[in-house]
Amino acid sequence: MTGLDWVAASLIAAGVGFFIAGTIGLLRLPDPLSRLHALTKADNLGLFLVVAGLLVRVREPLLGAKLVLIWILVLGAGATAAHLIAKRAVRGDGEDAL
Amino acid sequence: MSTFLAAAALILLVSICVGLVRVAWGPTPSDRLMAAQLLGTTGIALLLVLAPVIATPALVDVALIFALLAAVAAAAFTRRRGPGQAGP
Repeated sequence: MTGLDWVAASLIAAGVGFFIAGTIGLLRLPDPLSRLHALTKADNLGLFLVVAGLLVRVREPLLGAKLVLIWILVLGAGATAAHLIAKRAVRGDGEDAL
Repeated sequence: MSTFLAAAALILLVSICVGLVRVAWGPTPSDRLMAAQLLGTTGIALLLVLAPVIATPALVDVALIFALLAAVAAAAFTRRRGPGQAGP
């Protein structure tokens, strides 16, 4: 493995660590809002680190742009979903009141 | 490097399987949706890591579609109302 590969490997390993932390938080934390807090951070940062690790080794510019686009879309989707779920849970206007 | 990426993909897959426990337990529908959201993001990372290993660049496009549909799923779920409740 070259030096660049080591950089990529450590970034991806850190990203996988964040995903594991998110899953553990989802299982262990006591109430829905704290679980939401745990997993939105974990998946956004985890995906960023994985994408950064893959970007280091990418040769074609188009593939790199696609990876960055995926990360931006997931950021937007994650923030939107977290707001909608939290609003619904706090107001108790769905089937599930807190 | 390929071995490392395959190992990372395997760990992500195990993480998805463990996260499915929360989908089964609930207890509220919000918890299930949150779990599905995390599983979707983990799945995107899994596809991106797996694409160079099995030399299938199309997997990146699959991940792109997943990312596009993630927000739609959450929005559709939160618009749903129980019986006897007025819509927004």
